[in-house]
Amino acid sequence: MLKYQSIQELVSAAEERGLKISELVLRDQAEAMDQTQEALYERMRKSFEVMRESVAAGQKRELRSMSGLTGGEGWRMKQYTESHNGGLCGSFLSGAIARALAVAGCNASMGRIVAAPTAGSCGILPGCLVSLYEERGMAERDIVMSIFTAGAFGMVIAAKASIAGAEGGCQAECGSAAAMAAAALVELMGGTPTQCADACAIAVANQLGLVCDPVAGLVEIPCIKRNVSGLMIAFSSADLALAGVGPKIPADECVDAMREVGNALPAALRETAGGGLAATPTGQKLREQVFGK
Amino acid sequence: MNVFDIIGPVMIGPSSSHTAGAVRIGRVVNKLMDGQTPAKLELILSGSFAQTYRGHGTDRALLAGVMGFHSYSEEIRDALRIADRRGIRYEFVKRDLPGAHPNTARIVYTLADGSSGSVQAASVGGGNIRVDLINDMHVDFSGDSNTLLVMHLDRPGVIAAVTNLMREEYADLNICNFHLSREQRGGNAIMTIEIDNMPPAELIGDIRKLEHVTNALLIRRL
Repeated sequence: MLKYQSIQELVSAAEERGLKISELVLRDQAEAMDQTQEALYERMRKSFEVMRESVAAGQKRELRSMSGLTGGEGWRMKQYTESHNGGLCGSFLSGAIARALAVAGCNASMGRIVAAPTAGSCGILPGCLVSLYEERGMAERDIVMSIFTAGAFGMVIAAKASIAGAEGGCQAECGSAAAMAAAALVELMGGTPTQCADACAIAVANQLGLVCDPVAGLVEIPCIKRNVSGLMIAFSSADLALAGVGPKIPADECVDAMREVGNALPAALRETAGGGLAATPTGQKLREQVFGK
Repeated sequence: MNVFDIIGPVMIGPSSSHTAGAVRIGRVVNKLMDGQTPAKLELILSGSFAQTYRGHGTDRALLAGVMGFHSYSEEIRDALRIADRRGIRYEFVKRDLPGAHPNTARIVYTLADGSSGSVQAASVGGGNIRVDLINDMHVDFSGDSNTLLVMHLDRPGVIAAVTNLMREEYADLNICNFHLSREQRGGNAIMTIEIDNMPPAELIGDIRKLEHVTNALLIRRL
């Protein structure tokens, strides 16, 4: 059985057995949870279905968050992408941005999402994977399997560092989600387990220090747009790893650094709405708008 | 921890602690009422729950849980309206509960026959909860396992009677956590027994027949 205490463990175990990380993890989890591989696969397939539903739900024009502070971002970006030939990023990436926004907006409006790893960072993995499914014609089976890889990297990060904004800041939420998605993307593109770890390392390194500073304490500002930056980092980290522009610091050490940086963050920057954007004059005004003085 | 703790839960947003966890707190009340519809509810929100409940839909989430909905049910959004339609009189009260975890709710219910009860629980992160008080007695369980609550009088041998019954009549049941609290020596006491597997329905009836046991409840995995 795997311990999920280090990324190197995942890579070595997969490479020794000649397996993809997803195959290794599915076998291991079936044993650990005392269920069949088919049952776990089916459960994950249903999660991917919910991800696709939240993309669709979040792209509705009239969507508004409970507080009224946000809404309609997924629709607006999709409109822009379609009417501006993909804008600067090109239609594939712009479409992925629109999907990440849609899922994060779906969450803010009390729609149904899959926490991946958290509700605040729930747009990154679907933004990446639903885009490959819808735009690149990737097989559902491969995509569902790649989510096991994402989950395995998330388990290691949770064990070694944290996936909670209240503990580690946004680097622990959107940072972890981007690292998980980057590893899944590499596997989907035919990369090796080592390249999956490389992509994870780059994604973590690129979000070190990101603070959790939600305006009014709500999962909206800046969380919804941080799902977009997390998605962009996931794609670029995966491409870097696949191109052989690997990290100089190994993934496990990057995750250790994430833990240390998280511990060094003052409480005001760990989900308490006491610092960062939440503490700006406009952030305060928005809070008063929702909750009064 | 397993892979679905990271990829999951499937939940209604926006917050695992303020929405999904709140539904689970409500569900403890639903189990305690044995799925009945309450006539009246007082929902006390403490700490961060009191400050930000509107933006996170914590009020809807608690009510939805009390009515038996899950943290993935679309009905959470409309829980206030559904409760109105079911004739439930509910009141949300912002009050800091001394010494409580920052995300704590206390729910007091009254049934149509006038009987009542209460649950105080904290949402401790990632949708996980910790139940602190049931009917004002200290308990300590998460709802991740099937949980047996045995209310009884504090007398020697009651714990042995319950666990022997389980051992003799329901041999495959395995206890994974045990907690006892009491008002005072010889007074009302409550056992919290978490069980790995699913106890059959008859277990509750058998435990209720034991001497000095005043009531027994099974809170199935939330």
